[in-house]
Amino acid sequence: MTPSEPLRIGVAVPRADAGPKTRGDPLFAADTVPAGALWAGVRRADVVRARVAAVRTDRAAAVEGVVAVLTHRDVKGTNRQGVIRRDQPVLVDEVVRHAGDAVALVVATTPEALTRALSLVEADLEPLPPLLDVESALSEGAPLLHPDHLGGNVLLEGTLTAGSGAAGEAECDETVELAFATPRQEHAYLETENGWAVETADGRVELTCSTQTPYRDRMEVAEALGLDPSRLRISAPYLGGGFGGKDGITVQTFLVLAALHAGGRPVRMRWGREESIVSGTKRHAARMSVRLGARANGTLRFASADLRLDKGPYDHLGGAVLELGMEHATGPYRVSHSVVTGRAVYTDNPIGGAFRGFGVTQVTAAVEQAVDLLANRLGIDRLEFRRRNALRRGDVTGTGFTLLCSVGLADCLDEVARHPLWTGREEWKSAAGPFKRRGAGLAALWHGTGYGPVVPDVANAKVELLPDGRFRVFCGVADMGQGNVSTNSQIAGALLGQPAGAVELVLPDTDRTLPSGSSAGSRTTYSFGQALDGAARLLRERIVARAADLWMARGVEEVALVPGAVRHLPTGREIPLSRLASAMGEPERVAVHRWRAPVAADGQRASETIRLHGFPHRVFAFGAHLALVEVDELTGQLEVDRYLAVTDCGALVNPQLAAQQVQGAVAQGLGLALSEELVVEGGRIETSSLRTYLVPTSVDVPEIETLFVPVHEETGPFGLKGVGEIAVNGPVPAVANALADACGIRLPRAPFTPERILAALRGRGNGEAP
Amino acid sequence: MRIDFVLNGSPAVLDVPPDRRVVDLLREELGLRGTKEACGAGDCGACTILVDGESRLSCLMLAAQLQGRAVTTVEGLSPDGSHPLQEAFAAHGAVQCGYCTPGMLLAAADLLSRDPDPDRDAIREGLSGNLCRCTGYVKIVDAVAAASAATVGAPAGRKR
Ligand code: FES
Ligand code: FES
Repeated sequence: MTPSEPLRIGVAVPRADAGPKTRGDPLFAADTVPAGALWAGVRRADVVRARVAAVRTDRAAAVEGVVAVLTHRDVKGTNRQGVIRRDQPVLVDEVVRHAGDAVALVVATTPEALTRALSLVEADLEPLPPLLDVESALSEGAPLLHPDHLGGNVLLEGTLTAGSGAAGEAECDETVELAFATPRQEHAYLETENGWAVETADGRVELTCSTQTPYRDRMEVAEALGLDPSRLRISAPYLGGGFGGKDGITVQTFLVLAALHAGGRPVRMRWGREESIVSGTKRHAARMSVRLGARANGTLRFASADLRLDKGPYDHLGGAVLELGMEHATGPYRVSHSVVTGRAVYTDNPIGGAFRGFGVTQVTAAVEQAVDLLANRLGIDRLEFRRRNALRRGDVTGTGFTLLCSVGLADCLDEVARHPLWTGREEWKSAAGPFKRRGAGLAALWHGTGYGPVVPDVANAKVELLPDGRFRVFCGVADMGQGNVSTNSQIAGALLGQPAGAVELVLPDTDRTLPSGSSAGSRTTYSFGQALDGAARLLRERIVARAADLWMARGVEEVALVPGAVRHLPTGREIPLSRLASAMGEPERVAVHRWRAPVAADGQRASETIRLHGFPHRVFAFGAHLALVEVDELTGQLEVDRYLAVTDCGALVNPQLAAQQVQGAVAQGLGLALSEELVVEGGRIETSSLRTYLVPTSVDVPEIETLFVPVHEETGPFGLKGVGEIAVNGPVPAVANALADACGIRLPRAPFTPERILAALRGRGNGEAP
Repeated sequence: MRIDFVLNGSPAVLDVPPDRRVVDLLREELGLRGTKEACGAGDCGACTILVDGESRLSCLMLAAQLQGRAVTTVEGLSPDGSHPLQEAFAAHGAVQCGYCTPGMLLAAADLLSRDPDPDRDAIREGLSGNLCRCTGYVKIVDAVAAASAATVGAPAGRKR
């Protein structure tokens, strides 16, 4: 592509942010901290459950260089935050509910003074017996984490049924059942939670931070601190990773509170790695039990699933995680009868929250293993069994709603079926060396795009023709690394016929851009892209119409927008866009478009609680994954040798970015399958460093082949669907199925560590082949 | 303490406490904010710089250790982002959030200076101290293979 060539859709245009990021440009929140900023930090409770008797600050405040030591008494608003239920204190007032709860906030002139003052905050915390698992939280007479919550320690529960529900099992010739657990997973973005804030002369507070949700944060911070939201400005520069862990408040409220006590000086805060792990949210630990039944001819007829999430002490986005998990709990198959139950339960463990995959990762890990069990029981090839039952457009899903989006699941499975890694698998398996076992495992996937029917999934785009003839795109959704901001440039450039250099991007800033929801839910480009499509087309129409008027052309079809200019086609005359821009007033040069995602109109049999949290979705991505693994029988070491991911995420705006999303998600899923387990003992995290919590390195992740089945989705911009999450759901079941194929063992929980594999290999040899 | 060293090709003199961490010295005193800190404990490689051409973790180094050395940060890889590794990372999709990128580039530069023509396994081995949470590493390996091919003049990815 030459620099003057207009941007195009469907090709691997290099990301707009890639060059600057390779140069080390100051693009992240911490890179823009002004010189001389004060340092803010949080004293954590460091006990799991306690009554707050007193917090004494005088010794800390006496440290030289300390500007302020703040407790809940300094919080003028509700002192509560949370996405749905506002149940999390900014600074604890009555009760400590997990070790990462914040007791006091200190502001100091140097990091040394900050550290010293934090250690001198005297927290008088009277220990209470903690609730350390779902069972004790549900037991008779268990103390309530939130006495004001009507459901007791159950944050949310509900049921989905389809067909004749549990009675449908009677129609099956064979049924299988499986129980499986997945651990808490740490987001482990390289950029920990951080930002800086300053109170301006006019009494506003400007906050720059690493967040997926600047607009929602603004309302939440204002409410918690008792401020008028108009006093707050939040900017979200590029994030150094998010994955759901920055979908909500981290440093935001602390920084605004600190800035209000800093006398106009900027204040910075950055959580160290340990603080990030101890205080941040996690993928919910989950327990699933699944039953699947089919006719002897291989038709799936029945599914039941039960999902239990350990919520930790605060809602965060637990309801949405439970809903998505339940909605996908019958797999991407036609199933006539089903019953799915789910519960998210408050405990004193670390906080469960949003993490790429949102509950679907957990249920898919169980369901796709059960599918293999059932296929084996029926004596049908695993891939063929999936293909026979795969959802197609117009089908009613296992959880009882009609699938109206484009559906390329069968095509994804076909793609795997003819791939050499699949067709050559038996030969590859038989070439295993001594004491090595090899196996191949599959998983079929689906993942909803967006928020579902209740919370409006809305985006607002704004595009401006600048006086110099270039275009400015106001991006309303944060870029946590997935490249949506660059995709915005590609979409605008393509629609306006302009090259990359002619498109300037404004990152989310509540004073400049328009609210467009969170960077989450696989909806970022799906929703914002549609809004941008509308805004860019509107601006193009205006420019062309204006030029047609100037030329007194017979119609707008005589005028075309070309790089840097408008051209009168009959005469070949051109007006540079800069000249045209000066003829247009500002209101004319700015186009805005709002888009709201379509929603499903069915799903009425679901519990109201689950419907309110987004059931059912309208648009889904699909996929089929294949893992080839080798197991060392002597050590229990499992190595993933090759991985194939085939995805239907609609048409591709940029194949390179789509592949990035799939490969990164596969690596995170492989981490959960092989090594990632946040170890929690007595409510405390034992793995609070990157040395003890093991994310995959370059020698742990195999070559990942990524293929796409680009089926056009009519509701998405240029035919695309969300791709951010789906691939994280594949690795755990694909590896589990490959392990069973290799060694005939199934482990009851992920990750599949060498010790667990070895123990299972030793105990093998009783019962039927899994 | 007065420290004399060479920073990105130019002589530099600093007066800082000898126990100041190099990552802080670069980011705070010198305003070179390309170098990232992600763990502060030697576990992730995000803070990688080159010291006398070899990759070092700037979160574990103290200012005094720079005396008389030549330091290269991401800002010094090339004047304009045109180092073959920088171009290959951008072209091959090796950059997502970009937080690991500076450290990854310098670790790759160190690798290629020791082994100008590494196969994919050697690239993976050479980068194994640098975590990336976004990419799954495949495209990073692609980029380093392409950059080595660009330097060595052979087609990319010819070795497996
Ligand atoms: S920040 Fe230096 S190794 Fe992680
Ligand atoms: S690109 Fe985000 S950590 Fe590597």
